[in-house]
Amino acid sequence: MSILINKDTKVICQGITGRVGGFHTKGCLEYGTKMVGGVTPGKGGQQVEGLPVWDTVEEAVAATGCEATMIFVPPAGTADAILEALDAKIKVIIAITEGVPVLDMVPVYEKVRASDSVLIGPNCPGVITPEECKIGIMPGYIHKKGPVGVMSRSGTLTYEAVWQLTSLGLGQSTCVGLGGDPIVGTSFIDLLKMFQADGATEAIMMMGEIGGTAEEEAAEFIKANVDKPVAAFIAGRTAPPGKRMGHAGAIISGGKGTADEKFAALRAAGVEIAESPADMGTALKRAIEKK
Amino acid sequence: MKIHEYQAKQLLRDAGVAVPRNIVAKTPEEAAKAYEELGGKIAVVKAQIHAGGRGKGTVKDNADQRGVQLVKSADEAKAVAAALLGKELVTIQTGPEGKLVSQVLVEEGCDIARELYMGIVLDRAAAKPVLMMSSEGGTEIEEVAAHSPELILKEHFDPSRGPDAFQVRKLCKKLGIEGATIKSAYKFIQGLCKVYVDTDCSLLEINPLVITGSGDMIALDCKMNFDTNGLFRHPKIVELRDLSEEEPAEVKAADTGLSYVKLEGNIGCLVNGAGLAMATMDIIKLHGGEPSNFLDVGGGANVDQVTEAFRILLADKNVKAVLVNIFGGIMRCTTIATAVVEAYKSVGFNVPLVVRLEGTEVEQGRKILSESGIPIIIGDGLTDAAKKVVASVA
Repeated sequence: MSILINKDTKVICQGITGRVGGFHTKGCLEYGTKMVGGVTPGKGGQQVEGLPVWDTVEEAVAATGCEATMIFVPPAGTADAILEALDAKIKVIIAITEGVPVLDMVPVYEKVRASDSVLIGPNCPGVITPEECKIGIMPGYIHKKGPVGVMSRSGTLTYEAVWQLTSLGLGQSTCVGLGGDPIVGTSFIDLLKMFQADGATEAIMMMGEIGGTAEEEAAEFIKANVDKPVAAFIAGRTAPPGKRMGHAGAIISGGKGTADEKFAALRAAGVEIAESPADMGTALKRAIEKK
Repeated sequence: MKIHEYQAKQLLRDAGVAVPRNIVAKTPEEAAKAYEELGGKIAVVKAQIHAGGRGKGTVKDNADQRGVQLVKSADEAKAVAAALLGKELVTIQTGPEGKLVSQVLVEEGCDIARELYMGIVLDRAAAKPVLMMSSEGGTEIEEVAAHSPELILKEHFDPSRGPDAFQVRKLCKKLGIEGATIKSAYKFIQGLCKVYVDTDCSLLEINPLVITGSGDMIALDCKMNFDTNGLFRHPKIVELRDLSEEEPAEVKAADTGLSYVKLEGNIGCLVNGAGLAMATMDIIKLHGGEPSNFLDVGGGANVDQVTEAFRILLADKNVKAVLVNIFGGIMRCTTIATAVVEAYKSVGFNVPLVVRLEGTEVEQGRKILSESGIPIIIGDGLTDAAKKVVASVA
């Protein structure tokens, strides 16, 4: 088992005829992902990497029965591409695109949350269930099948953590990059619920960042609902206040959002803390040993 | 992206939101003329810089001159403009070096009955914009948020329709706004929310929002920041950008596709990915060093970007050593190693360079570095690299 995607998941790529979409479709195929086609409006009937291209997601779903989509369309069209996938009832929508205007995501988020579909991203590296299915831009070979669920707000920091885990012999059940934008489809809490319910996941590694209150909310949830061992790292302890976080954002969160506050909330929830980013893998190991 | 107060007020005026009459001046003579044109009564001369706290801020080397001053004659307007223009204004947000004032706004005085606060931002937790209002106008709103958060009223709204009339009524009731002013409030508040949405703002703040003696709402100050991701659909707003207000190195970095933030330390860092870049700053500090910057070269850095990144780092005279931390995923370590060697040679490196590589083709990448003939210190893992770079500046 795993969460969100597995070896049987049939995947399309929206924006497959673009340079980046085509490149990563090839990467996913090589990893073993069941890519079944792609969508680019106006390019229906073409082929990319031997896969059929359709004009609309509806056609792609009718022809292939795909259950997941990887979105690489340009920022101006990303909200529309997500809504199209949602309309076609695709269950797992993964938006890699960086640079989506944040107000575009307000109605999209509302529609996604009212549906049965899950949106990961935008501005994320994607999702991988090692040795089964990769949907996104992460380097597949650093991953190894195993018991650790990984979730993060950033890309390369996730690779760093996965690399440390794999080097310690700790494989992963599923790794999810939530995305770095202010509004993303899925939260740490959504994933904690999935990992807690997943038979293949025995421990959870989470990487957060300064800003917002997602990590504090995750800490509350872990305290009440998660009995699997959890380890965490928060990036940005040394980032000066105000430089990257607009002060109006700080008003909303009532002064919350610093790395130290996030660490404190997680520690209070029984989460094992990685003090150094070099210590993420070993922190998870300690978390498992303590339980 | 930020714009000046006078530009923000023009955007509000264009959208039918009440702002005082005003004129921009670049010389003391223009300020005097502006005063006369406004009708020659009470006016306010306001320094135009991209930083808050101007009212309490003072001119560097002239602690008697504040950034905002009331004037009652053309001569006075001229004198105040002369004392501000071409000088650095130091406020709580500018840092000790201050910011150069190149223009002032001369604005007609208004009859202030009450001062309120109003702000619109995105509430990340609710995934919606939120309208905030407070009776504590004209003060530091951060202080209010910290000490009496209950005084900040919040109403979330749907961007496609703006706040509903009942939401405005709720706010008015709680703020004690009555009678004809409620009518003015509908137009004012809904107008501002529309500007926020139509221009892809990330922050729209009116502090103070004034209720005049005759009961009308008017924006006495205005601060607007924009979502950079939305700028592609607002070419007119992009034209309002004032590059002289921004850190030159940050502007240069952005033009090359790099994300750079200047800090105060002496260890330069070059990293791929924002999360890993922050984590790299953290580990430098953890081992006793001070990072001089945040620099994310993105996912697919090439020789040109690494060269430009090195130039930016070395242009900072505080930098005494540089740490490169790359997790090569899609980007191979051999590519980055070649880029580092070529960039090193072309920029004339004069401080110790520590490189930590991990990921695809890491062995070949390290080989390129060690056989390059340039004095690169190789970090074996994150901790080792951080210790070595901190030791090199000790």
